[in-house]
Amino acid sequence: MTVTAVVEDSRPVGRSLTANRLPKWAPAAVAVGSIALGCGIGAAAGLASHLQWGLLSAALFLLISYGLSARVEGRRQAKDRFATSVVWVAFILAVVPLVALTVYTVQQGMDVVNGNFLSHSMKGVLQSGPGGGIYHALIGTLEQVGLATAIAAPIGLLTAVYLVEYGRGKLAKAVTFFVDVMTGIPSIVAGLFILSVWNLALGFGYSGFSGSLALAILMMPVVVRSTEEMLKLVPNELREASYALGVPKWKTILRIVLPTAIGGITTGVMLAVARITGETAPVMMLVFGADYINNNPFDGPQQSLPMYIWTQYSQVNNDFGYARAWGAALVLIAFVMGLNLVARGIARWRSPKSGH
Amino acid sequence: MTSSSPAAPQGRERRTRDSRVGDKIFMNLARGSGILLLVIMAAIAGFLAWRSGLALSNNQGNFLTTFEWAPDAPKPVFGIPVLVVGTIVSAVIAMAIAVPVAIGIALFISHYAPRRIAQPFAYLVDLLAAVPSIVYGLWGALFLVPHMDGLTSWLNEYLGWTYIFDQTKSGTPRNLFTVGILLAIMVLPIITAVTREVFRQVPRMHEEAALALGATRWEMIRTAVLPFGRPGIISASMLGLGRALGETIAVAVVLSSSNVLSLHILDAGGGTFAQNIALKFAEAGDSGRNALMASGLVLFVITLLVNGAARLIIARRKEYSGANA
Amino acid sequence: MAKRIDVSGLSAFYGTTKAIEDISMSIEPRSVTAFIGPSGCGKSTFLRTLNRMHEVIPNARVEGKVLLDDENLYAANVDPVAVRRSIGMVFQRPNPFPTMSIYDNVIAGLRLAGVKKKSVLDDVVERSLKGANLWNEVHTRLNKPGAGLSGGQQQRLCIARAIAVEPEVLLMDEPCSALDPISTLAIEDLIGELKSQFTIVIVTHNMQQAARVSDRTAFFNLAGVGQPGKLIELDDTQRIFSNPSVQATEDYISGRFG
Repeated sequence: MTVTAVVEDSRPVGRSLTANRLPKWAPAAVAVGSIALGCGIGAAAGLASHLQWGLLSAALFLLISYGLSARVEGRRQAKDRFATSVVWVAFILAVVPLVALTVYTVQQGMDVVNGNFLSHSMKGVLQSGPGGGIYHALIGTLEQVGLATAIAAPIGLLTAVYLVEYGRGKLAKAVTFFVDVMTGIPSIVAGLFILSVWNLALGFGYSGFSGSLALAILMMPVVVRSTEEMLKLVPNELREASYALGVPKWKTILRIVLPTAIGGITTGVMLAVARITGETAPVMMLVFGADYINNNPFDGPQQSLPMYIWTQYSQVNNDFGYARAWGAALVLIAFVMGLNLVARGIARWRSPKSGH
Repeated sequence: MTSSSPAAPQGRERRTRDSRVGDKIFMNLARGSGILLLVIMAAIAGFLAWRSGLALSNNQGNFLTTFEWAPDAPKPVFGIPVLVVGTIVSAVIAMAIAVPVAIGIALFISHYAPRRIAQPFAYLVDLLAAVPSIVYGLWGALFLVPHMDGLTSWLNEYLGWTYIFDQTKSGTPRNLFTVGILLAIMVLPIITAVTREVFRQVPRMHEEAALALGATRWEMIRTAVLPFGRPGIISASMLGLGRALGETIAVAVVLSSSNVLSLHILDAGGGTFAQNIALKFAEAGDSGRNALMASGLVLFVITLLVNGAARLIIARRKEYSGANA
Repeated sequence: MAKRIDVSGLSAFYGTTKAIEDISMSIEPRSVTAFIGPSGCGKSTFLRTLNRMHEVIPNARVEGKVLLDDENLYAANVDPVAVRRSIGMVFQRPNPFPTMSIYDNVIAGLRLAGVKKKSVLDDVVERSLKGANLWNEVHTRLNKPGAGLSGGQQQRLCIARAIAVEPEVLLMDEPCSALDPISTLAIEDLIGELKSQFTIVIVTHNMQQAARVSDRTAFFNLAGVGQPGKLIELDDTQRIFSNPSVQATEDYISGRFG
C-alpha cells in the first residue's frame, strides 16, 4: 500500500493531527457582529422594513463565518461551519414568523375577547360599529364538528379495522391507496362535492349538517391513517392469546385489540378534529353564514368560527371587523391548540413505557 | 369431514355458529366502510366530472386559453390559464422557500440543536401545523402584507432585470410573491415534521461509520443522513406541495385577484384555483357553479397526481430499506 | 505507516457515570492487540476513546492522554476529524452505507478528503478490496449496492473502506460477533495479513479468537455493577492464556466467570 492519495487539504502532507481552530465563542461573536452590521447598514441605507435588516444580517452571518473559517481552519472545516450556520439561520427564519404569528394573534385578540364577546351573537350589531360576539359561531362550530366526527370517526375506525385485521388482496390495496390520496383532497373540492350532491342534486338547503358532511370527508382519511398505525402496534401475541382461548375474531377485536389501542386512536381522532375545526372553505359554501344564533344544524344557515373570521375580515372590512376577527382567531387557536395538547398528552400517557 | 360426532354438545355448536355469524357481520361492516370510502372517492370524481361536462358544453370561450371568468354572462366564457399559472407559481415559490428551510429545521432538531432546545422546539413546530389557515390568512393580510412593502421594492430595484421580479404596477404587495411566502410559512411545519422523523430514523451505525472515516458533522450528514432521507424529503415536499396547491382561504384573504396572466410576481393580481372558487362561489348562478366545479375538478386531478407520486416514492423507499434491514 | 499508541491515566465518562478508570497501556505498532473481558467492563468504550469516537455520544467525555507516536490526541488544538482519519474503525455490525454502491462505499473516505481523480480512485478501490480479500468476490459488480452482500462480505467491505484512507491504526469493535463461523475465519485470516501494515486493536468476546489472532492481549474487568471498568493486565497473548500473572485473568479465561 504505497499510494499517497492526493488529499486536497490545506494541511501539510505529514497528516498532522492538529489544526487551527476558531475559539468556541467565535460563532456567537460572528452572529452578534453580523446583526450589528446588518442593522447598521439597514439604518444607514434607510431601509424601512425590518425584514430586510434581518435578511442582511443573516447573509452577513453566513458569509463571515464561512470566510473566517476558510482562512483559519481550511476548506472542509469552513464548509462544516457554513452548514451549521445555515441550519441555525433556518431555525431562526422559522421561529420569527411563527412566533410573530402567535404573539400578534394573542396581542390583537386579548383586547377583544371577554365574557360579552363569548356570549353574544352578531344579531342586530351594526357592522360599522363595535360590539357583538361569536356565540353563534361557537355553537355552529361545535355542532358541525361534532356531527362530522360522529360520521367520520366510526367509518374511519371500521375502515382501519378492515385494513389491519381483515384486509387482504386488491380491495384492501385500493382502499389503502385511496385513503392516502383522499388525505390530499383540497377542502374546497370536498365542499364542491357535497354542494353538487347534497344541495344541488338532492335539493337540500344550506345547513350546518351539509357543512359537516364535507368536514367528515376531510376527516375520514386522517382517522383511518392514525387508527391503522395504532392497530398495527398491537402485538400479534395478544390476538393469538385470545384466539387460543376460543374467542371469536370480532370479539377479539372489540374486547382486546381496540381497547389496547384506544389511547392512540383517541389521540388520532382528536388531532383530526383539531384539523377540521379550522376549515373555512367548505363551511363557507355549505353553511352559508348567519348573524344570529341557530341551534339547529339541520335547518337553515349557521355560523362557524373560521367563517366568522372570514366574514369579519372580508365583508365588514373595517377596524371593528378586524378586531372581532382577531378575537375569534384567538379563540379558534386556543381551541385547536388545546385539543392538540390534550391529544398529545393522552398519547404520552397511554403509550407503552418503552422506547424514547 | 364425515358427519360430526353426534355426541358433540349442542351448546358448543351453537356458540361456534354464533361466532361465525358475528364474525361475518363485523367483517362486512368493516369492509363496507372501506368500500364506502372508495365510493366517496369515485363519487367526488364522478359528480365533479358530470358538472364539469355541463359547464364545458355551455362554454363559449376556450377552457384552456380564455383568461376571463364570466360563466354567468349571457354568453358564458371562462378559462383556467390564469388560475393554472397562479396556482403553480405561488406553489413553486412556497416550495422553493419552504423545502430548504424545512430541511434546515429538521436537521437542527435531529442533529444540531442541544437536546434541551430540540424537544420543545419540535413540539412547537408540530403545534404550529395545527394553526387554522384562516388565521394564517388574517395574519398574512394584516401583518405580513404591510411588512412586505420594503422587501418588494428592494427586490424590484435590485432584481427587477430578471423579469419576474420586475414590478410594473405599484400598489400593496397583495401579489403572488407574498402569497408564496405565506404558503411557505404554512406548509413549513408539515414538511419539517415528516423530514425530521426520517432524519431521526437514520441508523446510528451509518452516522458513526461516516464519522469514523474522518467526516466533519456536515460531511457525515451528506454521506449518511441526506441520502438515507432523500425519499422522505421528496415525499414530505410533495405533501406540502399538495397543501399549497389546494390552500384556499389564506390565498383568498391575501391575494387581490384579477384576470391578468402575468409572470411579474410582484404585481398584484392573478388567482389560484381554490381562491377563485371561494371568491366567485357566493355570486355564482347555476352555470357559474358548474364552471367552478370544472376548475375544482382540475385542481382535484392535480392534487391527486401530486399525492399519488408522493405515495409511490414512499412505497419505493419501503422496499429499499427492507433490502438491508 | 503503523504507529504506536501510549495511553496514560485515561478515564471515560457518560454524563456523570464513569465507564472506565485510569487506564494506562502501550500498544505496539504492526501487531494485533486484543481486548477481552466480561460484558460492561468498558473495553469497547476504551476502544472508542482511541480515535475520539467516544465523544460523539452526547454528554460523553474523556480525561487523560492518548499518545499516537508522541502526539496527544486529546491536546487542545487537535482536530478529532483528523484523528479519525488516521485511526480507522470497524464496527460490531457491518455498516456499509445503504445508499451507496460497493465502489462508492470503498472510496467514501477519499471522497470526503476531496480526491476526485478517477484513476486514483480506481486504484484505491482495487487495492483496498484486495487488501480486504474481497476483490475476487465483487470485482464484477462494483456498482451494485453494498447492502446486497452477505454479512461477512459486508464486514470485509467495511474493512476495505477503513483501509482505503490508509490509516495508521485500525480499531475493530467485535468485528465478528454478527457473523457466521466461516465469515469469521475469513476476517481472522485478514487480520493476520493486515497487521504487517497497521497497528490493529481488536475487541472480542471470543477468547479463542483473541488467542488465534492477537500478539498481545489486555484483560479488562470491573469490580462490580455500576463500578468503572479497569485494565487488569496486558501481556503477550501466549502468556495471558497460559500463565497470567493475575488470578482474575485466569479465572475469566478458564471460564469461572464472565
